[in-house]
Amino acid sequence: MTAGQLGANDLVADAAVPKPPKRNREERALDGGWKVAFWFLLPSLLGFLIFYLIPTIRAIRISFTEDSLTSRNPAEWIGAENYRELWSDDRFWDSVWVTLKFVAMNIGSQTILALILAVMMDRLTRSLIVRGILLVPWVLPNVLVAMLWLFLLDPRVGFVNSVIESLGFSASSFLNDSTLVVPAMAFINTWKFTGYTALLLFAGMQTIPRNLYEAGALDGSSEMTMFRTITLPLLKPVLALVMVVSLIGSFQMFDVAQTASGGLGGETGGPSGASRVIYIYIYENAFLFRNKFGYAAAMATVLMGFLMFVTLAQLRLLRANESDLA
Amino acid sequence: MRNSKLLRILALVFAFAFALAACGDSSGDGDGDGAQSSDDDGGSEDGDGDDEAMAEDEGDEAMAEDEGDEAMAEGDAVTIDYWLWDENQLPLYQQCATDFTGANPGIEINIEQFAWGDYWDGLSAGFATGDVPDVFTDHLAKYPEFIDGGQLVALNDFVEADGVSTDNYFPGLADLWVSPDGERFGLPKDWDTVAIVTDQATLDEAGVTAEEFAAAEWNPDDGGTFEQIIARLSLDADGNTGDSADFDPSNVVRYGWSGQGIGAGTGQVFHSSFAASNGFEFLDTNPWGTVYQYDDPAFLDTMAWFRSAIEKGFIPRPELITGDPDLQTGLVASMTDGSWKIGAWNGDDSIDSAVFIPTPIGPNGSRASMFNGLADSITTASEHPEQAWEWVKYMAGAECQDVVGAGAVVFPALDSGTEIAQQAHADNGVDVSAFTTHVEEGTTFLFPIAGQAAEVDQIMGDAVTAVLSGEADVDALVDANAEVNELLAG
Repeated sequence: MTAGQLGANDLVADAAVPKPPKRNREERALDGGWKVAFWFLLPSLLGFLIFYLIPTIRAIRISFTEDSLTSRNPAEWIGAENYRELWSDDRFWDSVWVTLKFVAMNIGSQTILALILAVMMDRLTRSLIVRGILLVPWVLPNVLVAMLWLFLLDPRVGFVNSVIESLGFSASSFLNDSTLVVPAMAFINTWKFTGYTALLLFAGMQTIPRNLYEAGALDGSSEMTMFRTITLPLLKPVLALVMVVSLIGSFQMFDVAQTASGGLGGETGGPSGASRVIYIYIYENAFLFRNKFGYAAAMATVLMGFLMFVTLAQLRLLRANESDLA
Repeated sequence: MRNSKLLRILALVFAFAFALAACGDSSGDGDGDGAQSSDDDGGSEDGDGDDEAMAEDEGDEAMAEDEGDEAMAEGDAVTIDYWLWDENQLPLYQQCATDFTGANPGIEINIEQFAWGDYWDGLSAGFATGDVPDVFTDHLAKYPEFIDGGQLVALNDFVEADGVSTDNYFPGLADLWVSPDGERFGLPKDWDTVAIVTDQATLDEAGVTAEEFAAAEWNPDDGGTFEQIIARLSLDADGNTGDSADFDPSNVVRYGWSGQGIGAGTGQVFHSSFAASNGFEFLDTNPWGTVYQYDDPAFLDTMAWFRSAIEKGFIPRPELITGDPDLQTGLVASMTDGSWKIGAWNGDDSIDSAVFIPTPIGPNGSRASMFNGLADSITTASEHPEQAWEWVKYMAGAECQDVVGAGAVVFPALDSGTEIAQQAHADNGVDVSAFTTHVEEGTTFLFPIAGQAAEVDQIMGDAVTAVLSGEADVDALVDANAEVNELLAG
């Protein structure tokens, strides 16, 4: 019997399974570790259970009903009807397309910028102040960031436009322009999260042995070559993790769109649905149309399945659990 | 090896979660979510679950009784919760409530006011959890879905039992609140129309008189004298007015006219008065129509004119329209707004002196204004429907409506209240005939009343904005119309 099985038995049926009379020190250490770990994990497990798992399961159940937020009547079970409707709902696919555009712009710019910043922090300066400043946008609440940029980008009172106008170009209502609203929102998100992402990548770079760079320098490699042949390959596991986490976050973007899209006084998701990301559409169906709560749940379920798939695919493609260091 | 242990723990957690989720869903669907959550906690036999739900209800009652302890001595005092969204009317209804409780010592009224957006979010959340006021101010665009959800009390029996006459109100107002099945879900409290608000100083500067603006005629082909007037009110950065050949539409500093908001397909304070004066009707039958008619050329031509006036620089592009600030900052010279804003504009220091101009005379030979009215509805979640009815009846009666009318904020649904309101406005030196002419001349049309208004609004809103901003042809409205009709049919 191995240490692993023993621990599980202890947890599941302590009394029922007879224990071996003696355990060596190693086994005891592992065993005790599990018991302690369980109690430490319990609060977050409970949180996960109550705030994530149970609501998720209920939402999946709701997605098979014709539930309405404002109805006193019991929700009618309609099977996969919501999912069939989803398949032929152009607005849903539009919102998926808008979301994909947003994610591509957001993750693309954010990751590249963060990588550059991280390399500069790693190779040029290790100033604590620089690192602190980078984190400031990340510390601000999302809604505050959105409000900030809502005013900065406003065509009439915005600072950005007055700079643009002083340079001789004409003002633009970024957040209320159907071609510019998604790039503008991606920019806001990038502004907020680049510093944080850079810091994660920077931390990852600390695991790369310095002597590799020394060897590179001795061989006369340029910084670019060393970045390509040393930093990037060895950073892969961290980079993959950061990409997965920020990709999921980007797909689930809601607050910036809810606050800033359409501009000051404009319609959320506007103009004309140009910035209606999938979470906005889910919100509209659940809480604005009210009678489509089940439909909104179906959309959320599809999004969850899609994100799970993307995450797995991404981890597999980047072979995230293998580093060239190991 | 460690993994297998982790898996077992996770398996346990999942099994537990499924069990809980199943528990919560299997029972109490009919009782709403509140009862479900109490079952979650108990997880015991059915009987216990029900008892818990009961206990919750009793708790609420006990609370209500606690609040009314002092009044208990005088009888069974109950507190009726009442919600409204207009802060300007809050003191007026507070006065009504005080008078009401004076006459009905057993009933206390607890009024809460929320801003428009929070108001409907709060009601939606409240309907989901059963935590709603006994009585609330209802809107025509919202109440069909509340009926579908079984959230409103039909007032027919109350009305009959108390012999309340529904004929005293302005014509048509009371019937707006009757469902296709003949059930009445609200008693009218006020009505509103729209007009164009402008600043006397701006008119003087542009050399436009209020009289000629009021006499303006509009048509979708060349915009008529209305277009000529808003052209003269428009100004570009070089100081050229819109009627000048040098006017630069791409560099406008003051647009001649705008609406307080586009308002999707309904366009209450934007396109509706123009489209209606061109013969457009929203629905095949209103109220309770099943087919929208946004593909009518009368509507399409109107929207095409709006697009052309936007291109000419007389009306701001959709992305520039933000509401009140547009007139306050002088971005627009005039703006269509509702009668509920008369007081606000009159007291607004950012403009010199507010003038109200009636909507222009259209191709059908008359002006047009949307006619909308609010009513008070009782929720089925109310534990005291009889007392709630007394309060609704009081608010719909002359006593309260005269108080509201004297406040000069809205026009009450009864003649006497509206007369008082008109007098109050006149005493303030405000000419409100631009709003009242529509009821006098019978040039009103109804707010569209049909199901799924929020989703129809979204679909039509997207299309209208796209057309006005020039991203789509007016044919987009035909497609959108097909889409909303499919929605209503489905």
